[in-house]
Amino acid sequence: MPTDTSNVAFVRTETLPEKAPPASETGIVKWLRENLFAGWANSLLTLLAIWAIYIILSSILPWLFGGLWTTSSLSECREILQGRVGGCFSVLTERWNQLLYGFKYPNDQYWRPNLALVLLFFAAAPVLFFDLPRKLLIFTGLYPFLAFWLIWGGAIAVPIVALLGVVAGYVVFDRLGKQTFAGGFFGGIAAAILVWVLGMALIPETASENALLESVPSRDLGGFMLNLMLGVTCVSLSLPIGIALALGRQSNMPLIKWICVVFIEFIRGVPLITLLFVASVMLSYFFPPESTVDLFLRVVIMITVFSAAYIAEVIRGGLAALPKGQYEAADSLGLDYPQAMQLIILPQALKISIPGIVNVAVGLFKDTTLVSVISMFDLVGMIRGPILASTEWNGVYWELLGFAAALFFVVCYGISQYSQWLERRLATDHR
Amino acid sequence: MKKTFVLGALTVAGLAAGAAQAATVDDVKARGKLNCGVSTGLVGFAAPDANGNWGGFDVEMCRAVAAAVLGDSNAVEFVPTTGKTRFTALASGEVDLLARNTTWTFSRDVDLKFTFVGVNYYDGQGFMVPAELGVSSAKDLDGATVCIQTGTTTELNLADFFRVNGISYEPVPIETNAEAQQQYLAGACDVYTTDASGLAATRATFENPGEHVVLPEIISKEPLGPLVRHGDDNWGDIVRWTLNALITAEELGVTSANVAEMSGGTNNPEINRMLGTEGNLGEQLGLEADWAMKVISAVGNYGESFEKNIGENTPIGLARGLNALWTEGGLIYTPPFR
Repeated sequence: MPTDTSNVAFVRTETLPEKAPPASETGIVKWLRENLFAGWANSLLTLLAIWAIYIILSSILPWLFGGLWTTSSLSECREILQGRVGGCFSVLTERWNQLLYGFKYPNDQYWRPNLALVLLFFAAAPVLFFDLPRKLLIFTGLYPFLAFWLIWGGAIAVPIVALLGVVAGYVVFDRLGKQTFAGGFFGGIAAAILVWVLGMALIPETASENALLESVPSRDLGGFMLNLMLGVTCVSLSLPIGIALALGRQSNMPLIKWICVVFIEFIRGVPLITLLFVASVMLSYFFPPESTVDLFLRVVIMITVFSAAYIAEVIRGGLAALPKGQYEAADSLGLDYPQAMQLIILPQALKISIPGIVNVAVGLFKDTTLVSVISMFDLVGMIRGPILASTEWNGVYWELLGFAAALFFVVCYGISQYSQWLERRLATDHR
Repeated sequence: MKKTFVLGALTVAGLAAGAAQAATVDDVKARGKLNCGVSTGLVGFAAPDANGNWGGFDVEMCRAVAAAVLGDSNAVEFVPTTGKTRFTALASGEVDLLARNTTWTFSRDVDLKFTFVGVNYYDGQGFMVPAELGVSSAKDLDGATVCIQTGTTTELNLADFFRVNGISYEPVPIETNAEAQQQYLAGACDVYTTDASGLAATRATFENPGEHVVLPEIISKEPLGPLVRHGDDNWGDIVRWTLNALITAEELGVTSANVAEMSGGTNNPEINRMLGTEGNLGEQLGLEADWAMKVISAVGNYGESFEKNIGENTPIGLARGLNALWTEGGLIYTPPFR
């Protein structure tokens, strides 16, 4: 159609400036309308939710912000509050050190576990974030011995001998393992034990008496420090053991397969608390009183064994999820078993297993509070035992247990955030 | 020849047995520390303070034995035990002495092979109810819900009591004393029952203790005392007479304040014998002559220890009651130092 503009009164030659959208279709109002008040049912639920949040906050916030931090006992708190709502957080400030380190760790030595915790971040970083330079792993390898020395103190020769034993074992494994894996494996273990036995015999009995760092027995460890130590040690030990068990369960060799199956099924069939009781109570019948294995070590072994069985099953799930073609591809490339596992199978299987492994790790970390039933004073043990049994603080529950919950939440949430990052980082399948 | 060999072997075995029996006190002396099993925490009886120093009525018993044997009431390694680990700790030799509010019962004494050296606290199971319930006797509790710790003798005592009186109740099982306090305050049960000392300690922590009453009925006997392993009577004697010294000291008016003066000699021969200025009682126990003096100067006599830790001036506020001296109508009584 031709356009003739001569008999038209007005023709706009430029476009109108854009107008702001109606107030109800923009910004916060739109968001509110779409998300909170879309329809009467939605609005009703929103109002109910706001009411519920108000009820909860109006009782928690005065308690939280009206709390007292400097009194010396619960009765003093009550006197000052005079019936007003408010938490008695003084228990946290007064018993702060006990909650974190237990009640027997020497006060002037708190810098040692603190330093060990700071170094833990450096040691864990190259393992957790593999973009970092690989050379940092050397420090990670040294860290367990360093942390042992920092926390327990005593003769520095003990961790050095332990380190030398591990190095000797690795060297032998490296040499012999090139011919046969079994030869290297057992040879390495024998070399390590030989170095340990010889080294320990050489350390004089009195070495721990005038050591650089005062010696602290395991019984004196406690508080959240104990939970962290148990959690970190057991998770890091149970991962490799769990991988070995999972592979062993899939092995073609009947002996290895059945050992792994029996081990996993037996451990999974027994509650953790039973294992802990065995560690603390039954084993002291078997050893003479003077020569028992350290209680901390016994508990670490039991928790590690327990979580290794669970991690093994999680990883077995990962292994089973891989298509058979992956195994066949590895075989057709001419890779032997260790190479196939290391280069093709495990990287994929472990990636699939990450959520499950993290699940076990978080559960394990929280399970470390169970040691309170065998009279070890971890965070919960400190709260349930000495602190609630003191005449000053008997009757304070919410403040103490809330604090414990907060500490555990921070750590567990951190673990779960890390695992989500790891999954995104490893997402190579473009799904 | 053969006979001599057998005799020799018997002698060696006898000596070895003797050595094994006398071992505990020598072990303690060689170690320089007494390993004493205590509770992981019980208000007034055993708990570490903010600086980690143990205190409490049971803890003083440990300190007293350490003072008697080693002359130093701080030479104690406190081994915290739970209700579940306490007997193993003692039986396996992890502790030399268990001073942990443990009820003296037949099976613990005989079957578990322990020796209770005496009673340092006579307890009994009682009931606490809110005052507004208007109950004045446990026999009025027909149909009540009762908070009770599972797996304890209190559970069995409760069932017996209600059966004997032909009334019914509904148990609310709970695990720990702390949980019980919360459940009771939250109204989950009408009645809370446990040992009377525990009830008093619990009530003392309530915001309004006056709103709760402890009923007069005591439905069980709970004699609490320190215990040692079977098989070392000499060690048992030391612990028993340490406890007796504490009690006798109260009876004779020896306190931590005047014990130093009295150990110079008094005109009461029993005090002199106990404090070692006359006779050789300490030697007979295998201890120093002034062992009892050290005990009393370190922890005070029984009454002092009671008042300091759980007595009426403490927040726990227990009356002496059954635990008064026999001369004052209680049950606390010892054989004489003679």
